[in-house]
Amino acid sequence: MDPISKFLTDYKIPIGPWGKAFFGFLTDNFDTIFRAFSNGLNFILDGAVNLLLMVPPVLLALVIAIIAWFLQRSRPLAIGVFLGLIFIINQNLWKQTVQTLVLVVAAAAMAMAIGVPLGIWAAHKPKVYRFMLPVLDLMQTLPTFVYLIPVLTLFGLGNAPGLIVTIIFVIPTAVRLTHLGVVSVPKAIIEAGEAFGATKRQLLWKVELPSALPTIMAGLTQSIMLSLSMVVFAALIGAGGLGTEINRALGSRRIDLGLEAGLAIVVLAIVLDRMTRIGVGGKK
Amino acid sequence: MTVAVDFKNVDIVFGADQAGSLALIDQGATRAEILEKTGNVLGCAGASLTVHEGEISVLMGLSGSGKSTLLRAVNRLNVVSRGQVLVKDGDRTVDVVTCDEATLRRLRQKQVAMVFQQFGLLPWRTVEENVGFGLELAGVPEAERKARVQKQLQLVHLDQWSKKYAHELSGGMQQRVGLARAFATEAPILLMDEPFSALDPLIRTKLQDELLQLQAELKKTIIFVSHDLEEALKIGSHITIMEGGRIVQTGAPEDIVLRPANDYVRDFIANVNPLSVLTAWNVMRDRRDLEQGDNGWVWLDRRKTTRFKIDDHGLVAAAERDGKPAVWVSCADVERQPEEGAQVFWANPGTPLKTVMLAMHRSQTAPVALFDEGSRFVGAIGIRDVLSAVLRR
Repeated sequence: MDPISKFLTDYKIPIGPWGKAFFGFLTDNFDTIFRAFSNGLNFILDGAVNLLLMVPPVLLALVIAIIAWFLQRSRPLAIGVFLGLIFIINQNLWKQTVQTLVLVVAAAAMAMAIGVPLGIWAAHKPKVYRFMLPVLDLMQTLPTFVYLIPVLTLFGLGNAPGLIVTIIFVIPTAVRLTHLGVVSVPKAIIEAGEAFGATKRQLLWKVELPSALPTIMAGLTQSIMLSLSMVVFAALIGAGGLGTEINRALGSRRIDLGLEAGLAIVVLAIVLDRMTRIGVGGKK
Repeated sequence: MTVAVDFKNVDIVFGADQAGSLALIDQGATRAEILEKTGNVLGCAGASLTVHEGEISVLMGLSGSGKSTLLRAVNRLNVVSRGQVLVKDGDRTVDVVTCDEATLRRLRQKQVAMVFQQFGLLPWRTVEENVGFGLELAGVPEAERKARVQKQLQLVHLDQWSKKYAHELSGGMQQRVGLARAFATEAPILLMDEPFSALDPLIRTKLQDELLQLQAELKKTIIFVSHDLEEALKIGSHITIMEGGRIVQTGAPEDIVLRPANDYVRDFIANVNPLSVLTAWNVMRDRRDLEQGDNGWVWLDRRKTTRFKIDDHGLVAAAERDGKPAVWVSCADVERQPEEGAQVFWANPGTPLKTVMLAMHRSQTAPVALFDEGSRFVGAIGIRDVLSAVLRR
């Protein structure tokens, strides 16, 4: 080895050990808090799943189809949603699908609840966005498996750590699209708001958010799609649902099982995507 | 006349080095020099202008002359670096530059409304929701808001369209919505930032006429930015011409046309048809400047073809054309008069120059006499006066 490389490797910066020490510190001192949080979250998620499973599958599929009709006012869409869900029931994957659905909806909702305010903040303060940007990049590009490990040590196995991992993965999208939407509000209409005496709050609620709404809604759709793609990884740390089936199929090289569960995820993705594409304001 | 808006030595600089730029302004530096030395952009410098209630004051200039910048200082869309912008607020006067946020908001909601070049409508709202926008921000209760919106929509002939979305309307209609939104606030002061520039010429002319009609009824104070001198001359009761951030001339429309302050203004008016602004008053020779004859006779023209005998009250006692007695008839009837040699047309000071020229044409280039409201003789216009006014010599 050449001397310079040797010198460099001799003085390796102990990033790994530091990280380990940090998480060790967290588990040593706040373990009970994390576990309590995890248990609480698991309880809520499992409760929601059990509640939905008490409803007969076909009835629940019908209810979801009706919700789809209310959101989009489209009969073909409602029928498509219903048939898709019937297909899943037919494949005997209903229980897993409901588990995944609860996880995905919860993750997307949480990501939006955190991401939208952050995105608005970043849009109003360019400096904040500059600091936020590298963190968002890190959250999106750090390989998923890398943060499965600390989440696992902090929260243990189960749905709760799966949810947390998914939220971390999805928040950047919610932040970015909200930021984009608010930043692209035409200057002319912001000035119109100011010229007629809008307060900061009125400007946000009556001008900026309605104008950014289509982009923010695109963020919601994207969040749901990304959550779905994350569910397979989340299954590695014990989150139930279709991901578990796929991992099992991979472990035992069952093409049939993998195909069934994979198709169920695709159907679920299409259903959720079409349901959440909400057109805003005047039809173009 | 009460003052509605008063600009006092307003300097506006965009950029970080305010103090440095202001010092350069005091030395009379141009915009280019300030940009080079400080990196800041001069918006406008040393602008002083008084706008009276009920008047339409037009700010004119090429793009980048600072006209919009000055306009937007009135509701602090642009922040003034130095100077005062005094705006009438009921019984008192507020300096927009220094007033607190709450006062500014109240001014914007109730005293100063604005119409934008690109309309500035909210595309996800219907026409009526757009018109009610200002009232909504001011917290006007819904029932009252609806009533006021309806009234405004009728005023601009858009009541059929109230449920449509703004983007479904043509440009001219969208700007009517913009006008209605501004009128709905019942603010006495209206800022109009090139409101008709984005429209095609026919619609523009139509909206100008509508604005003048509405103004005759509503008597707002309007500050109007335009780069089109024809438009300025048509609607302005007062015109201010700006160049490079500074005011170069301000005055009544005919002042600008007859007495341009410098070459920049002269270039501006070069293509303007003087007939559209000038009146008999602008071109006449005063009766004291006319050549006096014997026994109270006064020659109306230099060629001595026509003369009047004026009595002690300033009234005309007799008229002569080419040595023969003549009758004097009003210009207003020029179209209906038979063509005869022995008549002299008269006009009022406010008669358009065009009518005077028509009268001259009819009477084989006889001079036109000018009478005031009391029928007293005040002056005369000869063919040479008309030619020099039209040719600007």
